[in-house]
Amino acid sequence: MSRFSWPSFVAIVVKEFIQMRRDRLTFAMMVGIPMIQLALFGFAINSDPRHLPTAVINADQSEFSRTFLAALKNSGYFELTRVVQSEAEANRLLDEGEVQFVVTIPAQFSRDLLRGERPSLLVEADATDPSATGNAIAALNELARSALAHDLKGSAQGAAGGANAVELIIHRRYNPEGITQHNIVPGLMGVILTMTMIMMTGLAITRERERGTMEHLLAMPVNPLEVMLGKIMPYILVGYIQVILILAASTFIFNVPIQGSLLLLLLCVLLFIAANLSVGIMFSTIARNQMQAMQMTFFFFLPSMLITGFMFPFRGMPVWAQRVGEILPLTHFLRLVRGIMLKGNGALETLPHLWPMALFMLVVIALGLKRFKRTLD
Amino acid sequence: MSEAVAIDVQGLSKSFDGKRVVNNLSLQVPRGEIFGFLGPNGSGKTTSIRMLCGLLIPDAGEGKCLGYDVIRETAQIKREVGYMTQRFSLYEDLSVRENMDFVARIYGVENRERVVNAAIERLGLAQRRDQLAGTLSGGWKQRLALATTTLHNPKLLLLDEPTAGVDPKARRDFWLAIHDLAAEGITVLVSTHYMDEAERCHRLAYLSYGHILAQGTPSEVVTNSGLTTWMVKGANLNQLAEDLRGLSDAAQIVPFGDALHVSGTDAERLEAALAPYLAQADLTWTRTQPGLEDVFIQLVSEAVEEKT
Repeated sequence: MSRFSWPSFVAIVVKEFIQMRRDRLTFAMMVGIPMIQLALFGFAINSDPRHLPTAVINADQSEFSRTFLAALKNSGYFELTRVVQSEAEANRLLDEGEVQFVVTIPAQFSRDLLRGERPSLLVEADATDPSATGNAIAALNELARSALAHDLKGSAQGAAGGANAVELIIHRRYNPEGITQHNIVPGLMGVILTMTMIMMTGLAITRERERGTMEHLLAMPVNPLEVMLGKIMPYILVGYIQVILILAASTFIFNVPIQGSLLLLLLCVLLFIAANLSVGIMFSTIARNQMQAMQMTFFFFLPSMLITGFMFPFRGMPVWAQRVGEILPLTHFLRLVRGIMLKGNGALETLPHLWPMALFMLVVIALGLKRFKRTLD
Repeated sequence: MSEAVAIDVQGLSKSFDGKRVVNNLSLQVPRGEIFGFLGPNGSGKTTSIRMLCGLLIPDAGEGKCLGYDVIRETAQIKREVGYMTQRFSLYEDLSVRENMDFVARIYGVENRERVVNAAIERLGLAQRRDQLAGTLSGGWKQRLALATTTLHNPKLLLLDEPTAGVDPKARRDFWLAIHDLAAEGITVLVSTHYMDEAERCHRLAYLSYGHILAQGTPSEVVTNSGLTTWMVKGANLNQLAEDLRGLSDAAQIVPFGDALHVSGTDAERLEAALAPYLAQADLTWTRTQPGLEDVFIQLVSEAVEEKT
């Protein structure tokens, strides 16, 4: 081996810097990614979500129930967004993911309380994501005790200290044991599909351009739509194979239940796969080589992991971050897949999550086709 | 008209990023002719070819290719044209047979399997039918590309520098194949850098900076150039070349092996300028026909002078 030559080393360093600067997209990504990530995730991510939307069924319009509700609100964890009259309506809100909690105050609440008969307070939580509800539930017991203790002071039950004045019943709906896998594994399906679908289509088309085969392809009697659809088709199949593998693993290894209809799930997956493939194609019309296609995939993938509710509770994020997250198809797919698998959602509850994905896909395809025409010339 | 003329375009122009790559290109190529497209790198050959086969839409100009409008009927043109790109553009990770099969499917070739097998036999690739195209040598790749381009019986072949980087034997075989195709009535438009290949064309056009500088049969091009060339042999040619460069009437002094080619545009003035050297005993001077290369280099230097 020859001795280390300083000039050769410098020559290579200089060359690398020149090439780095020439590749403007890579350069932008190197500077842009850290800035965007910092701004986006630094401010957006919060693993202790507060102000969770809560529906209340208050059958006992009394001072005590009002005190209790005020205490819920003051804890910062609960935001009383809905007042509902019936159990059925409350269930619907939970199913659709409208609210995270339903608090039911029974009719005889204040009477029983004053008589010392330990009335029960029912709190139902959407526990599909245990980490989203964990802290709020932990705060409940202390909250009930201290809030009512003050009102009960001087009453017959004041002496009892209020500690056992009410019986707090907490139902962790959809995921009663708070098993993280039940939430993560269905979510992983979306994450894996996002990653592989975007990357594979992105690469498949830039590869044709990089290797020079695109020119020959376009000189033949094919139109862009045939090329696009022909290229997408095999990946839809690949996507379904992934889905089946993940579903099998989720059922047999992680014991995640599938409460809803498998057929509905598989149909919804199709839209999600298509949305991601359209992103891959759009990227491939912008990227000049496979390397850039990869970078763009990651640029899209990171927020998809972090601000869609996959890794961190969606409701923990500030409103602006939730708005950004709601653009991404994975946000809606997560709600959809968790809804079907854990909550047993049917087609009706699924619709609100389908159209944002469809809209996203249409916009992306329009952008892609516009770019594709230009790159032909 | 469309019966006899394969390509008939007028005033084709194309710019990229404000830079005019092809300027006012007009071409008439009769059916069954081998038409050579010559010119230095970046002279607009590839862009012209792409406009002819509908890959690019011209900014200005009009015309017909195989009787179809080059702007509005690109789909029909693509169906009847075979385009062989400059760079090997078949799939390196498909085998010989898979590549041909793919192309035959896209063109909707009838009796696909039979046609592909026959083409493989004719190519002499039967042994390698399942070999990946990427592992073929340069010469084989180029033959495969030509065979693939002719699978659908195109009426017009557009070949963009098909023999770049191919050895002389393979080049000769390739040109034999081209002449066979022309004899069958296929029109061939071929771009090249090689002068010996230019001489194999029925007619040719020389392109520079997007302009056609000369057009005609090879001998017409030479005659029309008005160039006179002297060949000189003898001792100490390097010194002679140095001395001759001082003469303004000797436009080109080019070494060819053991000889020197001295060319000028004005025969009489060139002879007058060379007079002192013609008399030297140790030099043998012969007046020869200028080669195409001499003519083209002359054309390019004139074009550059006009530009500056």
